[in-house]
Order: sequence, then structure tokens, then C-alpha cells
Amino acid sequence: MERIPILKIGDLLLVTIQLDMHDQLVMDLQKDITNMVRTTEAKGVILDISGLDMVDSFIGRMLGTIAAMTAVMDAHTFVVGMQPAVAITIVELGLPLGGVHTALNVEKAIERLRAWGKIEAESDDEAHEGD
Amino acid sequence: MIDIVPVAVEEDLVRVRQKVRQWAATYALSTLKTVKMQTAASELARNILVYAGTGTVFFSAIDGPRREFQIIFEDQGPGIADIEQALQDGYTTGSGMGIGLPGTKRLVDHFEIVSAPGQGTRVIIAMRI
Ligand SMILES: Nc1ncnc2c1ncn2[C@@H]1O[C@H](COP(=O)(O)OP(=O)(O)OP(=O)(O)O)[C@@H](O)[C@H]1O
Ligand SMILES: [Mg+2]
Repeated sequence: MERIPILKIGDLLLVTIQLDMHDQLVMDLQKDITNMVRTTEAKGVILDISGLDMVDSFIGRMLGTIAAMTAVMDAHTFVVGMQPAVAITIVELGLPLGGVHTALNVEKAIERLRAWGKIEAESDDEAHEGD
Repeated sequence: MIDIVPVAVEEDLVRVRQKVRQWAATYALSTLKTVKMQTAASELARNILVYAGTGTVFFSAIDGPRREFQIIFEDQGPGIADIEQALQDGYTTGSGMGIGLPGTKRLVDHFEIVSAPGQGTRVIIAMRI
């Protein structure tokens, strides 16, 4: 069965969405991420959606649900790499993305998670880079 | 030219979005307009699937004062009794957020809806090329 892979890197789960997902794939991903946060006790989930060329209400709802479910398990969810046209469209559509943290890219998301003390710094230098 | 995509199963929504991409590329629509049309099409095709079960999506380019990329979403489902209410942000009879219709209307240059109980629903959207 088709599935979006979830990469575990230390306390982080990294998911890169590169294809136009049909609804079942979206539902499966939501389930897989929450299961994996539970079993691995990950502290951060980073969803790279740079490969997505639209976010409709269905995908938006999934992003919100993932953020809410992972928050209950003490993990932060970041959406990164959103294309500008997608961001503008989301706002005009009126999609509420409250609860979902956004960052420009994976590195920025990791910086923020480190600054919040959610994940450990690799070295002292890098720990102070965040804003 | 006209393209017709039937909507009956989930995977058809992906086909509808792909078709929008193809048409948008043919008419060199901007990235933003392409994303808006894809998002609108995804919402309206999903409405067909959720509320009517099956329906049809028609793609065409129409010539008027200005050329437009037009998509028509048609179904023979239950129809909508109060269209004004259905166009309100947050109004839903299902489990959605009530975003599809009002949101779509904001995204496109032209939006038209014809529906009545027992008569099915037809939504027409268009974007200037
Ligand atoms: N094709 C249709 N046939 C019958 N009723 C429809 C159709 N499309 C929309 N509706 C009605 O209009 C309401 C509003 O639709 P809209 O797409 O705005 O929101 P939603 O589908 O309920 O939620 P969301 O789109 O945010 O998931 C629906 O709840 C439904 O009652
Ligand atoms: Mg809808």
C-alpha cells in the first residue's frame, strides 16, 4: 500500500510530501504521524510541503489535526517550505491554520525547536543561532 | 476544446487537480492563479463527492471581452435549498469547516452557482487568462 515515509532523526520526525495526495493517503499520514509520535516520543514533527502545489480545506484540516494531536503528546508540529502562492491562497480561502507552527525551511524549524528546548542542541554554537 | 472528468471516487479529485494544472500550463496562467484554480477545483469536486456522490467536471476556455479559463462542476445530487446560507463562511451541513463555497468564491474571478432541491447543483468558476 502507498504510504508517505516518516523519517526519525533523534527527537524529530521529518516528513516530506512530494506528491498530490489523494484523501486516503492524507488520512493515513495523519494516523501514522500520531502513532509514531506516541511510540517514539518525538518532540518535534516537521512537515516539508515544498512539493505540494495546493493546500485545500481537507489537507488544511489534516495539518491542524496533526498539530493538535501531537501537542497533546508534548510535541510541536512545524509546516515548512510552503510556496508563497500556496500561502496566499490559504489566506484567501479562509483556512484557519491556528496551532500549526510555520517556518521557512527545515533548518529554521530545528532552530526554533532548539531555542524552545524541545530538542537538544548539536553544539553550543548552534544552540544560540535561533532568534 | 473541452475536457471532461467524471467524479465518483476519491482518486478523481487528484485527476481534477491534474487537469487544472494542464490547462493552466496551456494558457500560461500565473503560479498564483494556477494554485487558486487548483484549490477551488479541489473544494468543488470534493463537494460533489461528499454531497452528491457523483458528478462531472468540464474544463474549457471561453471567449468574451476577455478570455477565461472556465470549470463547471455539475451533479444530480440533492441540491441546495438556501444558496445564500451555503455561501456563508462556516456554514456546513456535514462535518466540514464550511469553507469550500465561500472560500472558492473569493479565489476566482467569476463564480456562479445554480442549485435547487432535487435539481442537482452546478457551480461555474472562471479565471481570466
Ligand atoms: N454539490 C453539492 N450538492 C449539495 N449540497 C452542497 C453541494 N456543495 C455544497 N453543498 C452544501 O453547502 C454547504 C456548504 O458547502 P462548503 O463547501 O462551503 O462547506 P462544507 O463542504 O460543509 O465544508 P468544507 O468545504 O469546509 O469541508 C455544505 O455543507 C452542503 O450542505
Ligand atoms: Mg466543501
